[in-house]
Amino acid sequence: MLSLLAANWSTFLLGFWNTILCSLISLFFSLIIGSGFAILETVPNKFWRGVAKVYVEIFRNIPLLVVTMVFYLVLPTYTPLKLTGFQAGTIGLSIYSSAFIAETVRSGIQSVGVGQMEGARSNGMTYWQAMRYVILPQAFRIVIPPLGNQFVNLIKNSSILAFVAGFDLMYQGDIVASNTFQTIPSYVLVGLFYLILTLPLSYYMQYLEKKGV
Amino acid sequence: MKRTKLFRKVAALLFLLLTTVSLSACAVESDNSVRVYNHVKSSKTITWGVKYDTALFGIKSVKTNKLEGFEIDFARLLTKKILGKDGKAKFIEVTAQTKIPQLKNNNLDAVLATMTITDERKKSVDFSTPYFNAGTSLMTKTSSPIKSIKDLNHKGRVVIVAKGTTAADDIARLAPKAKIRQYNDYGSCTNALLAGQGDAVATDNGILAGIAKQHKGLHLVGGTIAVEPYGIAVEKGQTKMLEAINKALKEVKADGSYHKLVKKWFGDIPGFSVKEAEY
Repeated sequence: MLSLLAANWSTFLLGFWNTILCSLISLFFSLIIGSGFAILETVPNKFWRGVAKVYVEIFRNIPLLVVTMVFYLVLPTYTPLKLTGFQAGTIGLSIYSSAFIAETVRSGIQSVGVGQMEGARSNGMTYWQAMRYVILPQAFRIVIPPLGNQFVNLIKNSSILAFVAGFDLMYQGDIVASNTFQTIPSYVLVGLFYLILTLPLSYYMQYLEKKGV
Repeated sequence: MKRTKLFRKVAALLFLLLTTVSLSACAVESDNSVRVYNHVKSSKTITWGVKYDTALFGIKSVKTNKLEGFEIDFARLLTKKILGKDGKAKFIEVTAQTKIPQLKNNNLDAVLATMTITDERKKSVDFSTPYFNAGTSLMTKTSSPIKSIKDLNHKGRVVIVAKGTTAADDIARLAPKAKIRQYNDYGSCTNALLAGQGDAVATDNGILAGIAKQHKGLHLVGGTIAVEPYGIAVEKGQTKMLEAINKALKEVKADGSYHKLVKKWFGDIPGFSVKEAEY
């Protein structure tokens, strides 16, 4: 297995790098988009709540592969928009994950007692000020454990790139496996590379949880 | 003391992984050169690894839900030659990625699945004499300006291939400036081409002919760019089984039944020469 790694290290490393890159970009955007829709889901205005609900329910209930294929195959066929596998996969992953993050953050916001909002408002804060300075800080603290789960899932889901030639870890592992016929060691190596990413993240999240931020 | 517990857990996990790997490596060795042949003889059945997704060679028809194709018929023919009239052929699906592992773990007795004979593969399996002289070819949209492999040898050109096929090596050698993108099966390759994710699909001409026949707007260009003879693969060291297959191959070529099969499947494909393909 070590000799396989030694002979193909540049292949694996390129995949590792692309997986990290895709995960970081998706993490950033899905957190922003997800939090945005989470707030929309809790605003008093019925229309915007409805919009957020529709978004979340659509992307939470469609397989990631389908979302990605829409960006990879359907859009380039019917629009002038040309996306590479990496771009399509990262966009698909961001949107898909954002729906789950929205639900997670929403549950956090709603678990903060109504008294908090009422207290903040009666002290002269506007709705958005109360959201920003009172509700959200408490909500994010509550949702750290489930959010950590979503992040780990996101990293693993980045293997979607393998289906659209996104040159990620899984894709490169496939290539090594099919070129060397050392199927089992190849995929074990891929698994270990994913562990390098996900284990520290898991433990960092546990640390944050204990520390109470 | 939580930390030590954690490390113990990780260590146990790694140990488990490593043992799985080394055990599976051991299992392949052992046994002698007649094992597969004896097993085939006594069970009166040969389990062939075949393609389920490759038109003309081996495809599971959506309409009839039956396996059909040149290699399916050919496997049945060889089975009768090796085992006699009451011999049975059983089929299991393989893909470019799974065929060698499945052969090694004894799921299959032989692989008859558009498999090109290469030196690299000879290290892992034994090949019969060639039964089909395929060649790597290119398929493009009919509207594409690409007419040959030379047109692909430019920066920014993208060639689509299936993972685990020899076409990737051919392209890397003949059009080193082109980018190669690999997909899991021929369906994904064709979809990527149709969506404009690449300029051409490269793989064996017989396979491409089957795809181009189903899709209007796709065609083969540039002739064959590399010769890729197909062979039947058996597990390395199973010489008795290999001998039986080679003997059967010789017989079906001599009595004309092989020629009949090639003609049945490839006789009416435009741009495809039966004479070139036959061995």
